[in-house]
Amino acid sequence: MELDEAPPELTERERAALAAYWRANVRLLALLLSLWFAVSFGCGILFVDALNRVRIPGSGFKLGFWFAQQGAIYAFIALIFAYVVLMNRLDRRFGFDER
Amino acid sequence: MDVQAWTTLIVGLTFALYIGIAIRTRAGSTGEFYVAGGGVPPLANGMATAADWMSAASFISMAGIISFRGLDASIYLMGWTGGYVLLALLLAPYLRKFGRFTVPDFVGDRYDSRAARLVAVVAALFVSFTYVAGQMRGVGVVFGRFLGVGIETGVLIGMVVVFVYAVLGGMKGITYTQVAQYCVLIFAYLVPAIFISLYVAGHAVPQLGLGSTVSGTSTFLLDRLDGLHRELGFPLYTERNTPRLELFCATLALMVGTAGLPHVIIRFYTVPRVRDARLSAGWALVFIALLYTTAPAIAVFARTNLLDTVAGKPYADMPEWFRKWEATGLIRFEDRNGDGLIQTVGPGYVDPATGLPMQNELRVDNDIMVLANPEIAGLPNWVIGLVAAGGLAAALSTAAGLLLVISTSISHDLLKRTLLPRISERGELWAARAAAAVGVAIAGWLGIDPPGFVSEVVAFAFGLAAASFFPTIFLGIFSRRTNRQGAIAGMLVGLVFTAAYIAWFKFIHPELDSRANYLFGISPIGIGAVGMALNFAVALVVSRLFPPPPEHIQRLVSSVRIPRGAGEAHEISVP
Repeated sequence: MELDEAPPELTERERAALAAYWRANVRLLALLLSLWFAVSFGCGILFVDALNRVRIPGSGFKLGFWFAQQGAIYAFIALIFAYVVLMNRLDRRFGFDER
Repeated sequence: MDVQAWTTLIVGLTFALYIGIAIRTRAGSTGEFYVAGGGVPPLANGMATAADWMSAASFISMAGIISFRGLDASIYLMGWTGGYVLLALLLAPYLRKFGRFTVPDFVGDRYDSRAARLVAVVAALFVSFTYVAGQMRGVGVVFGRFLGVGIETGVLIGMVVVFVYAVLGGMKGITYTQVAQYCVLIFAYLVPAIFISLYVAGHAVPQLGLGSTVSGTSTFLLDRLDGLHRELGFPLYTERNTPRLELFCATLALMVGTAGLPHVIIRFYTVPRVRDARLSAGWALVFIALLYTTAPAIAVFARTNLLDTVAGKPYADMPEWFRKWEATGLIRFEDRNGDGLIQTVGPGYVDPATGLPMQNELRVDNDIMVLANPEIAGLPNWVIGLVAAGGLAAALSTAAGLLLVISTSISHDLLKRTLLPRISERGELWAARAAAAVGVAIAGWLGIDPPGFVSEVVAFAFGLAAASFFPTIFLGIFSRRTNRQGAIAGMLVGLVFTAAYIAWFKFIHPELDSRANYLFGISPIGIGAVGMALNFAVALVVSRLFPPPPEHIQRLVSSVRIPRGAGEAHEISVP
């Protein structure tokens, strides 16, 4: 099954821009996904027992418990919106944004 | 008005609303039927995605599960929200740029292979049917509990409603009914939660009430609950009681499965631009988090309330709601030692007075925490009607999204792209409607008489999505070198391994279903994480044994990586 509307061949310049854009994108993803891993698997599972010895001041929350049932979810939201802003900026910088 | 009258009124009004929306948003083309014409604004798509995603189980059962498992139930909270980060960062924008109609479309086109498309169709159908049967069952149960009709009648009413808007409206009808259903379900979830939070913790925001003190004392609510647990011999609520590896794998499988579920992925084909796909994943998570951060608060309020009301108290003094839910079988009390008191105790509890072990006498169903909340907090009857309407909204919106996946898998992937490439647009639209109608009938039948595999919906749906779709789509975007041989081998190994592991412990040898017999102690819910790793490993290795994908596929990958030029989702003409 051939695609009859196969995307057009990129020019040499576009190819170089795409490679640079993609490297920047992957770096951003690696940064955001490490934070994603740290707040959920890190604070909520692997280090939950240690963090549970600390309390959020003025509340009944043990820190590990709070991360696992509240904090990780808030952090996920923040990560997606950070991604939206940074990625739109990256698109514009490389001229790949939608007009 | 009594509870029954309020419930009938509120449920009737919401159903009329859904059908009214469906009639106004009928689909006229396959583009409208499959992806709502690609014109859904990101905020509306976020809301529709949230309703699509949150099922009868999220609405009715999740708070109860958390309330019984405490910290360990975080696998569901993190697993079912963290998947949206993966979806937003790794899949949604690229699939939107790709811009076709279904998940098998991407798999089939990217790997240039009919076989890969068919494997994806089979996986999508199996996952969706398992999941939709649970939703229809949920509809029947809500009707049964609140309106006193049988489960069969309840399922039939649900089938008629879903039929009207899924078959007529397709994705366009479903999207706007889901927006309405989200509003109904979140209102129905938050109203009782806010009241019970005021009642237990004296705080109007449940998420903050969870961390505050018990009304009128200086003891923190969570400390009070841990104290009750210690006293009664239950494991501590805020501490970990399951091995880390199991929590890790289960959370990972649920996250990756969430990102790989076809009915969630196709929602991102409906927005106009790539950046809208990114943004609407963010909005979806905001709307989901509103319920998911409230659930752990309800869990703690309800658990504390329940233990305070019943533990060690005389059966004769129980309030009215206790008797009412006892009549439905959701609460069961058996006075084993004949002392007339309700002993609700953990395993290995020793009676301090006699020094003898004591048995638990109370069984409470998970669902009670949400269903009985309004009564425990002494709320008016209309709130109870609202909770019923919310549960139905959650079940129906998810069922509709799944039916759409079933219908497009048949009409688009199987007919148009495989068997009958020359089918006309009108013919394909009618085939989509017919497939949706047959899908509704099968879903109803599975809901009335659920076969065994339906009860393992969490393990099957998420495990299989994690082990098949996620790695295959991810590699399709992020690794140019992955070719059709690698993708097909990876999907098959992931699917077969995961399905066999679940079937082994759930159906073939249910007597072995315990941690001691598991592979590395990983339960069937967590095994999807291993299936995913196998899929990745096999796909990467096998791809290296065969030539790289041809030039036009390389160009497709380049094009998917750049946002510029994403038009409306469209049909490609097949020569």
